[in-house]
Order: sequence, then structure tokens, then C-alpha cells
Amino acid sequence: MPLDLFNVGEPIADTKAPTDVPIGERWSERKFRGRLVNPANRRKMTVIVVGTGLAGGSAAATLGEAGYKVKSFWYQDSPRRAHSVAAQGGINAAKNYRNDGDSVHRLFYDTVKGGDFRSRENNVHRLAEVSVNIIDQCVAQGVPFAREYGGLLDNRSFGGTQVSRTFYARGQTGQQLLYGAYQALERQIAAGNVEQHARTEMLDLIIVDGRARGIVARDLVTGEISTHFADAVVLATGGYGNVFYLSTNAKGSNATAIWRAHKKGAYFANPCYTQIHPTCIPVKGDYQSKLTLMSESLRNDGRVWVPKERGDDRDPREIPEDERDYYLERIYPAFGNLVPRDIASRQAKNVCDEGRGVGPGGLGVYLDFAEAIERLGRKAVEAKYGNLFDMYAQITGEDPYSVPMRIYPAVHYTMGGLWVDYDLQSSIPGMFVIGEANFSDHGANRLGASALMQGLADGYFVLPATITEYLADGPFEKVDDNHPAAVEAMQGVQAQVQKLLNINGTRSPASFHRELGRLMWDLCGMERSEESLRKALDRIPEIRQEFWTNVKVSGDWHSFNQTLEHAGRVADFIELAELMCIDALHRNESCGGHFRAESQTPEGEALRDDDNFAYAAAWEWTPEGQPPTLHREALEYEYVHLAQRSYK
Amino acid sequence: MTVTDSAQRRTPKAAKTNSVFKKFVMAISGILMLLFLIAHMIGNLHVFQGAASFNSYSEWLRTVGEPALPPRTLLTVIEIVLSVSVLAHMWAAISLWRQAKRARPEGYVTKKSVVQTYASRTMRWGGVIIALFIVYHILDLTFGAVNPAGTDSTPYSRLVASFQNPIATTVYVVALVLLGMHLRHGIWSATQTLGQSNRRRQKSVNAFAIAFATLLIAGYLVVPAAVVFGLVD
Amino acid sequence: MNLTLRIWRQKDPSVKGKMVTYKVSDISPDMSFLEMLDVLNEQLIMDGDDPVAFDHDCREGICGMCGVMINGQAHGPQQTTTCQLHMRSFKDGDTIDVEPWRASPFPVIKDLAVDRRAFDRIIQAGGYISAPTGTAPEAHSMLVAKKDSDAAFDAATCIGCGACVAACPNASSMLFTAAKVTHLGLLPQGQPERNDRVINMVAQQDAEGFGGCTNIGECAASCPKGISMETISRLNHDLLGALRAGARPKS
Repeated sequence: MPLDLFNVGEPIADTKAPTDVPIGERWSERKFRGRLVNPANRRKMTVIVVGTGLAGGSAAATLGEAGYKVKSFWYQDSPRRAHSVAAQGGINAAKNYRNDGDSVHRLFYDTVKGGDFRSRENNVHRLAEVSVNIIDQCVAQGVPFAREYGGLLDNRSFGGTQVSRTFYARGQTGQQLLYGAYQALERQIAAGNVEQHARTEMLDLIIVDGRARGIVARDLVTGEISTHFADAVVLATGGYGNVFYLSTNAKGSNATAIWRAHKKGAYFANPCYTQIHPTCIPVKGDYQSKLTLMSESLRNDGRVWVPKERGDDRDPREIPEDERDYYLERIYPAFGNLVPRDIASRQAKNVCDEGRGVGPGGLGVYLDFAEAIERLGRKAVEAKYGNLFDMYAQITGEDPYSVPMRIYPAVHYTMGGLWVDYDLQSSIPGMFVIGEANFSDHGANRLGASALMQGLADGYFVLPATITEYLADGPFEKVDDNHPAAVEAMQGVQAQVQKLLNINGTRSPASFHRELGRLMWDLCGMERSEESLRKALDRIPEIRQEFWTNVKVSGDWHSFNQTLEHAGRVADFIELAELMCIDALHRNESCGGHFRAESQTPEGEALRDDDNFAYAAAWEWTPEGQPPTLHREALEYEYVHLAQRSYK
Repeated sequence: MTVTDSAQRRTPKAAKTNSVFKKFVMAISGILMLLFLIAHMIGNLHVFQGAASFNSYSEWLRTVGEPALPPRTLLTVIEIVLSVSVLAHMWAAISLWRQAKRARPEGYVTKKSVVQTYASRTMRWGGVIIALFIVYHILDLTFGAVNPAGTDSTPYSRLVASFQNPIATTVYVVALVLLGMHLRHGIWSATQTLGQSNRRRQKSVNAFAIAFATLLIAGYLVVPAAVVFGLVD
Repeated sequence: MNLTLRIWRQKDPSVKGKMVTYKVSDISPDMSFLEMLDVLNEQLIMDGDDPVAFDHDCREGICGMCGVMINGQAHGPQQTTTCQLHMRSFKDGDTIDVEPWRASPFPVIKDLAVDRRAFDRIIQAGGYISAPTGTAPEAHSMLVAKKDSDAAFDAATCIGCGACVAACPNASSMLFTAAKVTHLGLLPQGQPERNDRVINMVAQQDAEGFGGCTNIGECAASCPKGISMETISRLNHDLLGALRAGARPKS
């Protein structure tokens, strides 16, 4: 193991889940044992919530309803912009409305197994329990879920499960759920329970006497940097997929809040777990700023292929059958085009690495509907996939009915995040982390339609119930701007902002971001090896060095300056990228979204190493120049037995 | 807080001045004027029955209901309703116009409209022109003050005299065409404002608005046409 | 492609803005409109100039953050969001005018970025169903006809981008407000607050300084999500009902 890259610290453990009772009773037991805060005292306590996606929006609204004073922060103009809005597929819940044998236990089981046995059983079970309340809550708020003619809620099946437990609102489930939370939040703002801070970005955490007591934030419009204090701080700032520059995340999605909290002492768990989705519209040129996901369902009828010859740039319609390589059908005759996401993604990368990729830059494979159109007729294909074909045509300008689609995998979710215990409290007392920003529920791989479930579970039900245990000790001693901790944090932020502006080099922040993303995609993407990761770890410090000596940020910080915003985020991505590579290098096994070339079965499947790696890796930041410290949280499986994931 | 208490059913001031309420006023007053326009158009067609019939129709309007009712009862009622409608319509229009100006004090350097009809674009200035025309129209044909036949003439001779003047006829035709366009958008808009439109109905409401406005205006325009072509003299 | 851009530059709300001409070259027809602006901005940063500020986030047509007037049309010549408009909609040598949304309730923050929080305040006035967390009954205890649920969904797809206001000759926010009133008013859960909702939301949009609706239809024709004029009719209907029932706005 490359011990030069990190130190090993004390093991860490979650002590909050009541493991003395059976798993089905732990959540109720936890709620019962946890202390409460009486309504009169709630009014005296302030909670900062950063982010307004499904997790942050629902948490801020719920805490506001409960009577706490909430301060909500978001970087866009309105809470409704949070990137949860873009989720398409649906939200899982163990309602068993289809009477197909679903249950809380089955959802729990599927999620632990789907996470490739790298998630915490207690958290996942709670998630499954709470899932049913989410649907009730959202329906009551007026979320227009799809319904059947009888007026009952409709369900569909989703990736790899045998039951239909996914609730959806056409292809815009995330949007509708987010608007539900957004409206609840606006209602609390109107009621005066939530104070809003639009277009404000958190730039540091303030810790006083070992407790998270506030944040330093910059108003993106006026540029003013100010401090905000509270009795507890909740981060709901989403994932860090934009480390890769190109991802399905929003352009503004960033890791700054969690990364700066990490630098203040919060452990960062499993940063190398990233999920890569196989059916996205491929990159077209260097100018490309964003990747767009296309529903996975396309693989039901489309056939994936590349030319047999490398560098064959003929029009795909002119390539004869015997010169095409339907590689998924060839390698996996039993599953063909329907192999799981990670396999489909990795094989696409393999054929492109061989130089057989298609389209600009050779990064794409064909998804061909010619055979389906011939078999089913154009009408039928249109009825099934019409909206997706239209979306594809809009973005690429090509007609997928006549020319095969080109697809390529893209980063779209990060399972890793800040380490939290069962109460969703980070390693810094008083700082809670919810939604994609934490690491807790998905292990090494997230199942489809589970991200929305987790965000809302954390925000509506889990955090508001667990935070009381912490706040029961409050309200804490008043802190103001003059407190040394606040002064220090404030000065640190100002110094960094000024430094970025002073460099006045020759490269834009975007060019560094692009370079970093390309590097991470190539060396720490779908397939990682010791060699690739070592290479990345050699290169990243050089990028960081160049960034801090040669970046060019125009304007000043006293005004609306989008280049400055971006520069600060890129600086954090560079540091986070290094930790991701270290984590990926140290985890010398393949699991879920983390595929190490050295650890595979003879058939090329991910091979876990439970003896050595059945733990969550929680990384502690150490001052610059020193390797980070690894704290292992052993994962125990009492209810779901460890087994090799199989899709045969 | 909702106040559904019957003692408080009066619409409060704040609700009355809201933009949608103004649109209701606009729609209702517009409909009242539209009803008048239909009756007026039908009345005009008496001209084809000859001078005697037209003049006696005109006289009947003044004496209808006598002796049970005082003279000019019907006309007075119509005049009051119409005056109130005109004022209300104008109040709503001016107030919405000002609101729109306040809402976008600085216009676009470049602005293209996608679906806006010519009719809807000319509602405001068209409305002003129609209002001016009505003043002239009343002075011309009702009172005869600006009519070549003078104030002592019969309604029929005023009509013929006016339409034998090419300028008066042109003004009349232009104003009526503008009125037609005003109605074309107005009918659709009132349906929408009164909450009676939906996606399915939208097309038919618009088609109806066009057909109705065309027919009504045609009904008005046959009269000057007949005078010009000598069918009526 | 080589293009001439005429872009509205305004340092902050307090100063007057003006159109400034820029040239961009080597634009690929496959670029999105925003990627073309990215290219311009890289150029400006390298030249030490102030890059053009514009709002954007998801770049997949769903967050509603982006939106500019392109050649006088909200979101440009196609009925989609600015981020989903691609440069193949333009020709080599074209001159493209780019302006911010213009309406007093949407003050310019800088260049093409405007402040749309007025929309949030309209939602705050009643665009919600009061259902505190944890109080919800079992989801299946209330049936909703598929027709109503689908229509509610159609209205609920509004992304709050503001194109309706920008395109409206009156700068009215009616389509935005009507979409929410329709979404919640079609569902059984939304009935108890239906009268108050419509009265208060309309009062708020007036208070924000939006213009009044005159049923012209530019809003629906510019809406990237295809919200229809029917929602406005529905709002009007609900408002009449609410006035008759004696509902009055909160002061």
C-alpha cells in the first residue's frame, strides 16, 4: 500500500444508531432516545442551511415549521434552481402499491446490495422506512405524480429491481419534487421563519470551541463577504461531480462548501466513489460545457456498436454488418445491450481506447435503432422514445431515426461525501450534512431513483428528528464578528479572494478546470489503476501550482464577478481531485462505481476485497504539504450477507 | 385570511383595483357595448326599407313604451348604460396602459413578436381612434351638428348626406374596420378574461371572434356602400 | 461561423447600459448559445476586459436560470431555453442582438443577468399547499382523476425563467402566476386555499409592478415549457369565484 501518500489514523465508528435493538426498530428507538427541544426554546435557536435542493430545501422548510429560526443560503437567484430539478427518472418508495412483494426490507436489501456492500446498514434501513412517508408528504403538497385512470398513483420499475416501486412525474420527477420543497420553503419565508440569502455562496465554516457556529459567505451580487452565526450548520450542497469538468451536474454545482468544511476538520468519506452513466450525449468539441443524460431505457431497443477497424470514419450507414462490432452482444451474449451501467460504461471506454470510438474526438459509440425501426416500425419507436429522440436531435442536430445515435458515458453522481454518523452529524459537532453532500446511504454505487429518496428522507424526516439531540444542549453562547474564530475565518476568505485577483496570470479559471477534468476523466474515471492514479497524483500538484501562479481573474471582488466565483471553485476542485486519487489508489479493490484494473474477475467484472476493504474511508485534512490521514469505519453486515454482485 | 362572512361580501378596494379586476371591467363593459353594436347594426339595416321606415324606426326608439313610460325611456337607459360602459372601458384601458408603461420603462433595442395579432397590437391606439370617431359620429348622425344636411333634417337624410360625402364615408369605413379588429381581439380577450376559454376552445373562440367581427362590420358597411353605389338615396 | 454580437452591457443597476459590438469567430454550429458566450468571455478575460455576465446553471433546459432576449425574442428563435438553443439556428455572418429581460420587477444586476426574485415573492403570497412535514395522510387516501393530474402536471412544468414576462408587451407575469394557480387549483389538496391563493398571488404580482394581462399570447408562444393560455383563463375564472366568495388579499 502506498503509505507515502497518507497516514493511518484511529478507526472511527458511528455510535448513534441503537444497535442493541433489531434493525427494524432502530430508527424509532433513536427518535425516542434522542432529546427534544421544547417549542419555546426552538425560537431561541438558529440553524443555518446551505443549499436548497431536495435535501436543503426540505430541511429548511421543516425546521422553519418546527419553530427554529432558519437562515437559508443558495448561490442561484431562486431556491427553485437547485440541480435536483434536473433529475428525470423517479423516486423509490416501499409502498408495495403493486402488491408485487415489495417491502421496507426488500428496498433495504436491494439498496445495500446495489451499493456493492459499502454502505451502512442502519442508515439504509432507515432510508427504506422513511421512503413511504416521503410519498405521502409530497402528494399532500400537490406534487403531480403520474396516476392511473382510477386515480391511484402509478409506479414503474427501474434499474435492476424486480418490483415496481418507482413513483414518477413523467420525465421530470426531480423538478416536481423540488418545487414541492421549494413551495414549502417559500411558505416559511413568507411566515418569517426562514431568512433568505439568495445568490450567496458559503466560503468557510466558523468553528467556536469545537462546535460549528457559523459560516463566512460572499454575496455574489455586491461581493460583500460577511459572517453568519447559528447554533448549528447544515450543509446540503450536493455532489462534486464537476471535478470532472464535464458532467451532468449543473455548471454552478461545486464542492466549495464541503471542501472548506473538510479543511476545517470534517472527514471526507469515500471520495473516489463516482457513478458514471452509460447513455449520455457525447462530447463534441473543446468548447463543450456540459453533458446531457439520456434515459437508460434506450438500451432496451437500441443496439450498441463500433466499427471493427480503428479509425473507420465512414458514414455509419455505409458500414456493412460484417464490419461492425456489436461488442456488448459479443462479450456478454446472455445480457447483450442490457448489461449493468458500470459494465456498459467501461466497455464503451475500452473500445474507444482501442481507437474505435466514433464521432468527433473518437469518444462515442453508436446506439443504433435501425433494427428496432425495421422490427417495430417507426411509429412504435416514436411512441416509446419520441421525446428522447427529439432531445437528441435538438442537441446534436442529427436525426436519430435515420442516423445511429452516438452515446458516451458521463459522470453524474458522487456517492462519496462528508462523513456523517447515524444522526447525519459530521465529525465536527454541530455541523450536519445531508443529501448528496454526505456519504451515508449509497455505498459504492447508487441505484436509480434513490438519490431523490435520500435527499428528501434526510431533509424532511431524518435531520429534523436527529438535530434536536444536538440542539437540546443549546442555545449556545452568543458569537459575533469579533470572536477570534470569526475574524480568522473572515480574513482567510478575504485573503484567498484577494490572492486570486492578484495573480493576474495568463490562463482563465475555465481552462484549468477543463484540464483538471480531462485528467481526472482519463486517469481516475471509469477505470483506475495504480499507474494511472500515480500519474494523476504527479500531475495534480503541478496543476495546482500553475493555477496559483498563472490564473487570470479579471475585475474585483466588490461586485458581481462570475470569473472570481469560478476560480474559487476550481481551486477547491483541484485539491479535492488529489484526495479522490489518493482514495482511489488506496482502495485496491473494485466495488460499485470504483473499478480498479488490478482487481477484476477473469471475465472482467468488479472484484471486491471484503477482507481488506469492507470499510468506509474517512479522510482527515492535514495542513498543506502533509499527507491526509485515513480513519477507517468498519462496515458490518448483520442483515444482508456479503456476496459477489452478479447479474447473470 | 378568507372572509366568507356574508356581511363582508362587498369586494374590497384592494381587490377592485387589481389588474385582473380591471380586465373584468373591460370585458363586461365591452360585452355591453357589443350588444348595443348588434342592435345598432340591425337598426341600420332599416335603411333598405326606405326613408319612411328608417325614420319611423328612429321615432319608435324615442316613443317606445309610451304612454306607460315617459318619452325616450329606452334611449335614456341605453345612453346611461353605454356612457358608463365607455367610461369604465376607458378607465380600465388607461389604467392598464399606464401599468404596462411602468412595468417596462426601458424598452428593448430589438423586439420581435411571435404571435401577436395586428388586432391586439392596435387595441390601444385603435381604441382611442374609435372613441374620437364615436364623438364625431354622434355629432354627425345623431345631432346633425357637423352633418351637411344640418340639425333640422330627418335621420334618413342625414345618413344619405353624410355618406354622399367621400371624406365622411372614408372616415366611417376606416373607423369601422378598426372597430372590427378591436372586436376581433376583444371577443377573444373577454372570453379569456371571464375564464371561459380553454385549450380546446381556444381555436374556435378565435375563429368565432373573426367571423363575428367580420359579419358585424359587414352589416355596418353595406349601408355606406349602398349610398355610394346609389342603391339608397 | 463568424458572428457579430451586439450585447447589452451594464455595469450595475445604477448606471445606464448600452449595446456593445463584439466579433466572435470559429463558432461551431453544434455549440449551444451559452457556449458561444463562453467563447466570447474567454476572449474577453484574456484581453483583460470584463466578461459578459449572464445567468445559467443546469444547461439542460430545466432549471430556468438562463434566459436572454436574442434578436428580440425571449430565448431566441426557437421555443426552448437559451441553453438549449444551438448555433445552427444562425448563419455565418449573422448579427445577433442580445439583451436582458426587461421589466421593472426584474432589475438588471449586471449585463444580461436580472433579479427575478419577484417570482419567489409571488409564490410566497400563496403558491403552495400548506402541508407541514409529517402531517400528511396516506397518499392513496385521496384519489385524483388522471385527467386532472396530467393537466396539473402540465402547468407545474413551469421553470420560472421569466420568458413570459420578457416577451409580453405589457411585461405581465400572468402566465407564471396562472401556471401555479392552475397546478394547485386542479388538485383536491389545493382546494382549501384556492380562493386565497389566487387573490393573494394576483395582488402580489401587481404589487411587484408587473403589467396587466391583455391576452395577447406572446407569453405562451415564448414559453420553453409550453404552458398554455388556458392557465390564464383558469386563473381569471378562479379569481372571479374568489371575489364572489368574498376573499380578499392579505394586506
